[in-house]
Amino acid sequence: MNNIYLQLIWAYIKIGIFGFGGGYAMLSLVEKAVVGPGWISETMFTDIVAISQMTPGPIGINSATYIGYVAPGSVSPEYSGVAWGLLGSCLATLAVVLPSFFLVLYSSHFIRRHHESGIIKGIFMGLRPVVVGLIASAALMLMNASNFNPNGISWQLVVNIVISVVAFCLVFFPIPGSGGKKKIHPILVIILAGLAGYLIYGL
Amino acid sequence: METSPTPNAGHKKSGNLYLRLFTSFFKIGAFTFGGGWAMISIIEREIVDKNGWIERDDFLDLLAVAQSLPGILAVNIATAVGDHLRKGKGAAIAALGTILPSFLIILAIAIFLTPDMIKNNKTISAIFMGIRPAVVALIVAPVITSAKAAGIKLRTLWIPALVTLMIWLDMGFISNPILYILLGGLGGYLYFRYTHSRIRKGGEVA
Repeated sequence: MNNIYLQLIWAYIKIGIFGFGGGYAMLSLVEKAVVGPGWISETMFTDIVAISQMTPGPIGINSATYIGYVAPGSVSPEYSGVAWGLLGSCLATLAVVLPSFFLVLYSSHFIRRHHESGIIKGIFMGLRPVVVGLIASAALMLMNASNFNPNGISWQLVVNIVISVVAFCLVFFPIPGSGGKKKIHPILVIILAGLAGYLIYGL
Repeated sequence: METSPTPNAGHKKSGNLYLRLFTSFFKIGAFTFGGGWAMISIIEREIVDKNGWIERDDFLDLLAVAQSLPGILAVNIATAVGDHLRKGKGAAIAALGTILPSFLIILAIAIFLTPDMIKNNKTISAIFMGIRPAVVALIVAPVITSAKAAGIKLRTLWIPALVTLMIWLDMGFISNPILYILLGGLGGYLYFRYTHSRIRKGGEVA
């Protein structure tokens, strides 16, 4: 396996198989896999993490796409250029996704086949309250300084708490006068929050 | 903005279901900031409320499956939802829709820009200062809707509360979410065995 493309595929298949626990838990695996062999520098890795936070989409996909594009050219000059980079992007992104894609598919088929069994029903009954806890812990862990007060300025903390509370009300409560039937779409809430950020912090 | 859920709305106009599945997950992928859990609000709205493709409690079961397996949470959720609707083909389309926005955006950045142009861009930073606290709120909302769907009562409130606390403490093994998925599954299984054996003995289920 001396070809950079095969190495990329293998590295990202491993990340896809062993990456439990979401994006940030996966990052240390990615770091070892791509900084170790010298595909990208430590600084560039930090840059990629920063970009991932400023662009939509899962961080695992973002890093695979970016590193897949950059790595071939940085390893060997014969692979520089958009076409070779594009190939690396596609291969790395597919490699990180495919293992779990098939795992989810096979698990879902298995569960569907035994859908009516009382055991499966019992197991899922026990899982539901746990999933509620998982979502709550994700929310709780994001209530931190880097999301609410990155610059350590108290008026910004107050503004960000207001943004958060307003966003919650918009997405959770029905629009008044719609008879409890209409709710604002979360995507609109994100756009409004971005606009608020621009008007408050960007001008 | 859209109207309230209509039961089975998704199944009535199934002609372009693949296209609608793709568009829904493309939107979900394009507006997911801050990891897989942040997309739950948007998925709930698109998949549960707007299209009525999945019941809310079934959605919780899919989340449990997606979280217990390795890989990227957002893609796992998309795969599970797509598979629930239209087997493997639906799963592939939903996964592709989720991946494509970030793939295209990152590719455009890699080809046309340098990392510094994004990282030090004041406008983008300002926009994200506003988006981040809103994303947290978007994860709080499904805590409440999912607690309702899971039928959490005062008597069962300790389960999600304990799970939240343990994971939040971030103390290695005992804070690993997968541990609580296993315990929840085991608890559900034992509870089933217990109530089942009582029914067989002709007793009343408490």
